[in-house]
Amino acid sequence: MLSRVASSVYWMTRYVERAENIARFISVNLNLTLDFPSESGSQWQPIVMTTGDHDLFEKKYGTDYSSRNVIRFLALDPEYGNSILSSLRAARENARSVREIISSEMWEQINRFYIELRDAARTDFPNRNPHKFFKIITMRGHMFTGLLYSTMSHGEAFRFALTGLMLERADKTSRILDVKYFMLLPKGGEVNSPYDSIQWAAVLKSASALEMYRKRFHRIIPRQVCEFLIFDGEFPRSIRYCLKKAEQSLHKISSSPVGTVSNPAERSLGRLCADIDYSDIDEVIDTGMHEYLDGLQVKINTVGAHIHEAFFKVISAEN
Amino acid sequence: MNFSDYQTQGFYDELFDENNIPRPGTELLVNKIESLPEKDLLHKQRSAETALLQLGNTFAVYGSEEGTEKILPFDIIPRIINNRDWQVLEKGLKQRIYALNLFIHDVYHDRKILKDKVVPEDLVMSCATYRKQCEGLHPPRGVWCHVTGTDLIRDIDGRFYVLEDNMRCPSGVSYVLENRQVLKRTFPYVFADSRVRPVDDYPNKLLATLESLVPQNVPSPKIGVLTPGMYNSAYFEHSFLAQQMGVELVEGQDLVVSDGFVYMRTTRGLQRIDVIYRRLDDDFMDPAAFRPDSMLGVPGIMDVYRKGKVAMANAPGTGIADDKAVYAYVPKIIKYYLDEDAILPNVPTFICREDKDRQHVLENLDKLVVKAANESGGYGMLIGPHATEKEREAFAELIQKNPRNYIAQPTISLSRVPTIVGDRIEGRHVDLRPYILYGEEIYVLPGGLTRVALKKGSLVVNSSQGGGTKDTWVIDADEQGSVKTDTAGTDKTGRAEGHPAGSRQPQTTLESRNSGPPSGGQSQFMNLEPSQGGAHA
Repeated sequence: MLSRVASSVYWMTRYVERAENIARFISVNLNLTLDFPSESGSQWQPIVMTTGDHDLFEKKYGTDYSSRNVIRFLALDPEYGNSILSSLRAARENARSVREIISSEMWEQINRFYIELRDAARTDFPNRNPHKFFKIITMRGHMFTGLLYSTMSHGEAFRFALTGLMLERADKTSRILDVKYFMLLPKGGEVNSPYDSIQWAAVLKSASALEMYRKRFHRIIPRQVCEFLIFDGEFPRSIRYCLKKAEQSLHKISSSPVGTVSNPAERSLGRLCADIDYSDIDEVIDTGMHEYLDGLQVKINTVGAHIHEAFFKVISAEN
Repeated sequence: MNFSDYQTQGFYDELFDENNIPRPGTELLVNKIESLPEKDLLHKQRSAETALLQLGNTFAVYGSEEGTEKILPFDIIPRIINNRDWQVLEKGLKQRIYALNLFIHDVYHDRKILKDKVVPEDLVMSCATYRKQCEGLHPPRGVWCHVTGTDLIRDIDGRFYVLEDNMRCPSGVSYVLENRQVLKRTFPYVFADSRVRPVDDYPNKLLATLESLVPQNVPSPKIGVLTPGMYNSAYFEHSFLAQQMGVELVEGQDLVVSDGFVYMRTTRGLQRIDVIYRRLDDDFMDPAAFRPDSMLGVPGIMDVYRKGKVAMANAPGTGIADDKAVYAYVPKIIKYYLDEDAILPNVPTFICREDKDRQHVLENLDKLVVKAANESGGYGMLIGPHATEKEREAFAELIQKNPRNYIAQPTISLSRVPTIVGDRIEGRHVDLRPYILYGEEIYVLPGGLTRVALKKGSLVVNSSQGGGTKDTWVIDADEQGSVKTDTAGTDKTGRAEGHPAGSRQPQTTLESRNSGPPSGGQSQFMNLEPSQGGAHA
């Protein structure tokens, strides 16, 4: 398929997944405010820290990390390139450039998703009823992924879409876990307090992981929550699961078996998967959770760069 | 809302005759609209617009940040053409396209028609659209123009006239197809009973046309639609056609010329492409052959084309037949090559390079429409009767400075079709653009794009100047007459338009359907239902 098209399909799903996951970060906090209504004022800064874009935030909003400002910035700000609105705009632009490749259902869904979000952003709805607002965004994201799976042929274009989606999801699950790290920063004393376990439950909920986690580990224990979200082999949002899926998908594109290497992207992703396979939660804790997640995000970026190198870069006529 | 106070006001109306009687073939539709409960028509109109927006059938609006894209305004009252009129149109268009292709080929080869002085040689040679690079070209089977979108208008006497030939990259066919999709859902029973000739086959016919161009001995040819990119105003159409045909949509940057062929850059390296339906103007196709500053084209593609290693639709150079001064000679062109009279008349045209014509034009600027020979899209035009004295003076100066570049025509009082305006139905002027394909043979899509000037009294139908579109129904009125006696009482049979279940719910409105949001209902976004896309409310 055309390199340009492969790149657009890959970025289309990445951006949809990104939009969905920003809604998930925000809902960590929304979930917490349900449990601790009185604490709600002070807890919005960590969310912005997780994204790494706090400088941008402070340039526009100063240090006023109110829920209103944070929601405005992360969800609705058309000038912030990683806001939900901007991500969806980018997803839609990519979808538009490959309309003849994806199904009309996918296009109509993403087109409608963006148009309606853009319109809703001009109303007071996101602030008046944020739970509902972000829930809808998450569900719309699921709907798109569902349409991807069930209306598009599982050929090469689909594989690029899935690879992009899985890499983005792995990255974002790591960031959702990181929210917890940033929450703890100011209040080290709360570790292992009841407040702590409620925060962990909120993290799980935001990753749609609470019930699945309970089936496996029953009680909420921080170490096991981390193990679940990083290493679980069956939960479809765990980092390991996502990276493995991305790896399989990438190998289907090149028709080479997993475990062999036919391009740099397969090499770096294979190495990352092996790393996660032969590592465990003890090692993560020894390294330091935040440091580990940080390293992981860098490696996922490297995989992305290699995919670009292997498939999307403009091929010169001399080849 | 109904036709009770509708007036044809002395214009030729496409739905009603001069006595306000529905024309043959339009009765079912007129009865349906008459029988709709108050406001239902308006609701149908709104849901059709929503459906089009959700289909993403939008065009880009340059220079406006907020709504960088819009749907082309669409009016749900269709324009109806009966089959007898249509057959004349079809024959006339085939004749015209056939002759114009012979003309283009002749001009780039032997120039017989110029040597015989049927068309002045200097006129053709001075066309801004003449392409020296095309001299001696041999497109497959001598066909230059594979896709045409001829603009027709109907005068007060009910006759169709050709206004423009559009033999370069005519656009708009995607609107024909999508408008039809939406209108089928808007008036399902009227549609079914009216025996409207289908248009849905167009993408297949287009694909067959492109396949007919495949250079010989290519076992599994690759076909692509070449677009200037997603910021082009017709991008939706390019991608729509590629999708409907199941072929690649390519941009210039996706293509590269290497060892005598054109290749696509793919995830597995370079892959050959054999036929290109290009929606890029000649000038931008190949910076090596035409405009060197083009960023959109493919350097070297003309060389490959000339050697027959890639086919293109349309061939470059067809613009000479679009020149409005050449247009004036088309009846003579038809006579010259086919020894037949033109079936479809031209609008009478004064050619300003002729002294006598120019004199007449300058003396009658207040009665004439003046057009620049190489402009399209309603630009470079003076509508004399509606212009100010100052505008007329400016045009008089332009004409005297460069008479070659101007023609003038009497104002034709374009026919009208009832159109929803606010909460009433009023007559609005329309034109008609049928689409003609020329592959193995010439095919005319039954229907076409009806463009409507939405401003009261306006004669300018271009989308860039406040025009909208309508669906165009070609109906066999005689056949339908017999059908009609069986089903005239559509509503009495219990089948209510727009309620396929048959249960008549005239009070069902958009508002009641979208009752989803409990907290105020200000936003459809809150409705989690998957896209309905349906135009029936």
